Amino acid sequence: MTDKSMNTVDTSRVDTSRRNLLKGGAAAAIITLAPGVTLQTVQAAVTGPVTSAKRWGMLIDATAPEGVWDLAVDACKAEQGWGKDKDDANPATDPQWIRKVSIKDPKTGAKASLPVMCQHCANPPCVDVCPTGASMKREDGIVLVDKHICIGCRYCMMACPYSCRSFVHEDVRGQKQHMPRGKGTVESCTMCVHRVDKGQKPACVEALNKAGSNAIMFGDLNDPNSDISRAVSKYVTQRIRADLGVEPGVHYRGI
Amino acid sequence: MAVDTTVYKEIEGTGGDYYSLVGWLGVMIAAGLGSTYYMEHHGHVVTGMSNAVVWGTPHVFAVFLIVAASGALNIASISSVFGKYHYKPLARLSAITALALLAGGLMVLVLDLGRPDRLIVAMTKYNFKSIFAWNIYLYTGFFVIVLTYLWMMMERRMVPHSKKAGLFAFVWRLALTTGTGSIFGFLVARPGYDAAIMAPLFIAMSFAFGLAFFIILVSVTYKSSGRPLGDLILFKMRNLLGIFIAAAFYFTVVQHLTNLYAAEHSGVEAFILMDGGIYTFLFWVVQIGLGTVFPMALLFNPATGRTCQGIVVASLLVIVGGLAQMYVIIIGGQAFPMQLFPGMEVSSSFFDGVVHAYAPSLPEVLLGLSGIAMTLMIVTVAIKYLPLLPTSLSDAKVDPHHASDKA
Repeated sequence: MTDKSMNTVDTSRVDTSRRNLLKGGAAAAIITLAPGVTLQTVQAAVTGPVTSAKRWGMLIDATAPEGVWDLAVDACKAEQGWGKDKDDANPATDPQWIRKVSIKDPKTGAKASLPVMCQHCANPPCVDVCPTGASMKREDGIVLVDKHICIGCRYCMMACPYSCRSFVHEDVRGQKQHMPRGKGTVESCTMCVHRVDKGQKPACVEALNKAGSNAIMFGDLNDPNSDISRAVSKYVTQRIRADLGVEPGVHYRGI
Repeated sequence: MAVDTTVYKEIEGTGGDYYSLVGWLGVMIAAGLGSTYYMEHHGHVVTGMSNAVVWGTPHVFAVFLIVAASGALNIASISSVFGKYHYKPLARLSAITALALLAGGLMVLVLDLGRPDRLIVAMTKYNFKSIFAWNIYLYTGFFVIVLTYLWMMMERRMVPHSKKAGLFAFVWRLALTTGTGSIFGFLVARPGYDAAIMAPLFIAMSFAFGLAFFIILVSVTYKSSGRPLGDLILFKMRNLLGIFIAAAFYFTVVQHLTNLYAAEHSGVEAFILMDGGIYTFLFWVVQIGLGTVFPMALLFNPATGRTCQGIVVASLLVIVGGLAQMYVIIIGGQAFPMQLFPGMEVSSSFFDGVVHAYAPSLPEVLLGLSGIAMTLMIVTVAIKYLPLLPTSLSDAKVDPHHASDKA
């Protein structure tokens, strides 16, 4: 890079804060410094900062065949790298970003099965209680953990009404480049923010779509013309523990 | 008000007993640090904690010590703020005990973090909506204020101002315990918490736990240093402890009665009070029986309440009961399943709908005990190098009128 070109860089518009990058969405670029040595840089997404114009959400059809939820869980494990072999499993401490929950009405015997993951609340208690601000909500409603400033106090896990957060209790293996994880920090469903920012659907949604199921619908709840908006205006939907007023972004029907 | 003629003097601290005590406390602190290394190296998988019971035994000890810290300051507050001059000679020791308890509690809390190496992050990045972040200010503020208060009491020129500092410290300590109780009170999702009464309950608990710890400390220190400790001050602290135990019991009763009245909380109440296994045992037998009723009986039975041993045993029981109460609140509150779908039977691979298992692991217990050891170490060293202890707490020294009455 020449002096001239360096001088023309408008540094005032460059925001190097990790958090803002996470909040604002980002695209990765890899610069080769020497053969075999690369520098991975992150630059502001072409689409600019995330705004509240969008409100990403999901609609889950709890009447779908139970088997599809296993597909969703497996897709999440594969995408985010949190799954473990059965031989290696510690069920009480292993993270689960999404899980299949079975419910039964003890009075009537009626049953349902549904996936539960971070509900991406509009008023997330995990964000309220986090002392360092590591738990955060993007303007578009996606709730994330900044693992660089998470101190592992687990107060967010105490506060989450949905038990949707996991603490990394041991060394992690098989990490994905787009999803760094760390022992001693807290993690949860990111709504596949790395895919969403590239215009793709979350991995669980895509896996179901590939299997011919539309049991999890993903989209912009603020866009009246989106499929999800049309669906939530057509069906009466529920949100888990709606009484708490945390305004989850994940809707269910058929519970 | 009587002129303060108290003579404060450092303890000698040269005998084998003193160094042996310091040595043992050092070993306990080292064991706690070793536990932390073990837990951080392997991850929290080696503890009894899980994704359901995320706060375990270290938090029981840490919160107990932090709560007791503000309570231990009461003796100083009573003399400075409420003008009860009998307690004045113990004000310095009260302040240093409060600081030591807080330091011990915070040490445990920090060393249990998933990333204790990021403490600097907690000190530099704040989310001001978080009660945890407020507490960081309340804790550090407590150190600054109580240290200033202690300095004002010890620096002759500043003594006239110590009353104002004492008042400020008293208000601050109420805020601090409110903050600690609100860590639980603000958790809307968990039926075992989510109640405003957590703040006053914790304040009442702090009065009892802090004073119980302080009574033991004073009794043992005076006995082992051969300084006179009269019945007058001891009996005054005994009566005060009785009132504080009753206050903590009162708030506990109101907490549970309120929950019992609300149908939505009947599940968690049945769990704690009737069929919670270890939590029910700890509540009724240890917290209420051993930690409330039995010490009250000891304190106010003439045969035991008029002896130093009886009062010390009662104080020890208050501490045991207090640790049990913390265990029931912190771990019992998490062991009871989260109500994702109230009224429904729920199951999953993530242990939804079932009572969560928890058993303390050795590293957790050692880390917790090291907090107590750190507290005692600070006090042990401080009273050797600083004039904190009155040379005598005999009845005549504590209350000259008492002496003249007798004469």
